[in-house]
Amino acid sequence: MSNSAIDVPSRGGFSFDLCRRNDMLAKKGVNLPSFRKTGTTIVGLIFQDGVILGADTRATEGPIVCDKNCEKIHYMAPNIYCCGAGTAADTEAVTDMVSSQLQLHRYHTGRESRVVTALTLLKKHLFNYQGYVQAALVLGGVDCTGPHLHTIYPHGSTDTLPFATMGSGSLAAMAMFESKYKEGLTKDEGIQLVVDAICSGIFNDLGSGSNVDVCVITKGHKEYLRNHLLPNPRTFVNAKGYSFPKKTEVLLTKITPLRERVEVVEGGDAMEE
Amino acid sequence: MDLKMEDFNAPHSMGTTIIGVTYNGGVVLGADSRTSTGVYVANRASDKITQLTDNVYLCRSGSAADSQTVSDYVRYFLHQHTIQLGQPATVKVAANLVRLLSYNNKNFLQTGMIVGGWDKYEGGKIYGVPLGGTIIEQPFAIGGSGSSYLYGFFDQAWKEGMTEEEAEQLVVKAVSLAIARDGASGGVVRTVTINSEGVSRKFYPGDTLPLWHEELEPQNSLLDMMNVASPEPMNM
Repeated sequence: MSNSAIDVPSRGGFSFDLCRRNDMLAKKGVNLPSFRKTGTTIVGLIFQDGVILGADTRATEGPIVCDKNCEKIHYMAPNIYCCGAGTAADTEAVTDMVSSQLQLHRYHTGRESRVVTALTLLKKHLFNYQGYVQAALVLGGVDCTGPHLHTIYPHGSTDTLPFATMGSGSLAAMAMFESKYKEGLTKDEGIQLVVDAICSGIFNDLGSGSNVDVCVITKGHKEYLRNHLLPNPRTFVNAKGYSFPKKTEVLLTKITPLRERVEVVEGGDAMEE
Repeated sequence: MDLKMEDFNAPHSMGTTIIGVTYNGGVVLGADSRTSTGVYVANRASDKITQLTDNVYLCRSGSAADSQTVSDYVRYFLHQHTIQLGQPATVKVAANLVRLLSYNNKNFLQTGMIVGGWDKYEGGKIYGVPLGGTIIEQPFAIGGSGSSYLYGFFDQAWKEGMTEEEAEQLVVKAVSLAIARDGASGGVVRTVTINSEGVSRKFYPGDTLPLWHEELEPQNSLLDMMNVASPEPMNM
């Protein structure tokens, strides 16, 4: 049989040689610094007149919570939003890029963006990068063909579902959906189920935490409910408050002028060409 | 149970059972509905039988990302071909495009596929396009991790010149047998039947499938099992 090291085509596609080198180095113990990840719970569901997306707001860097109230529901188009899990930089970059492509497409066609268009652009980019762009997404929106909900994996595969969860808290959130989801939920029931699913991620998954963001998209209307629920408020606030002296304390007023170490000579010979 | 984080970063893949069978007048395609990332079932009701044209369908197995990309390209090429030709593409052309992409990119793809359909020149045809990108015209083809449990069954059960009803029942029986033995296959059974009349899709929910050796009736909870017959729940 053919040896895969020999019959690699000479052109086309990206080169992932350095990625393989980095994997080899990592195995030998040369570890790169870690990225900011959104160990996350993100969810979405279809209800009677649209789509509801939900996310927690914790961003982590290894074991450290580096942002307690970040935004994980990204804008794609006026009628389409996208929840992101994985490396924060990648989810942010890929959603921003596709949202600008969608905006240009709208200028070009003069029509509302479709969810499948966003889906195709996202999966095309992620597939090209063979999983190295670490973005796991829940894409939801309402267009002229009705409400749509999709999940997109880092390798570029997609699913179409009535309810979806992603991120490290996806198991906890999916447990809520599997036990409580039914077709034709009202808006209030839908929001409540999304909140329950996110809370189940926040309280049972170490990678998820802090607050609940919700986004409700219906035909021709959307509601971005930033910090819809705050289940983890600060428990201790000093009753006396903290006070600081208004001015900076003056320790020294003596000014020592610095002597110029280089003397600039005006005139002199012109520089040679 | 060790559930590692790597499992979630593992490629989204379809440990699958896919089947294509020819019968007297057309073809039946069948598949289970489970897709998994590592040990987590990412989608329990997925559709692995994708439409390429009006009369040609494709069963996908292996990496979900790879097989979706291949099928998206082939669908696009076939639409273009249909317009240029002014008539529907044949199954052979469709299968050959799948083969072309699979073979040319064999080092980057982890996907095996079964192309099936009907055209006016050759009638119902099944083509297997396995991992290396070869193409095999077969009276029946099986694929995916669940197929290992089915070779003997098909050698015994497949007959020349079956009716549509017989072929459909054979496919449903085969997929349910594979679901019973293969951990990576599960969920529901989906079938697509293609003949001169057109296409019909069927859906068999998991709790309506036949029960095989040592399988139990579907139960909603332990309480249901306790109410049935035996007063001693531990003796069930």
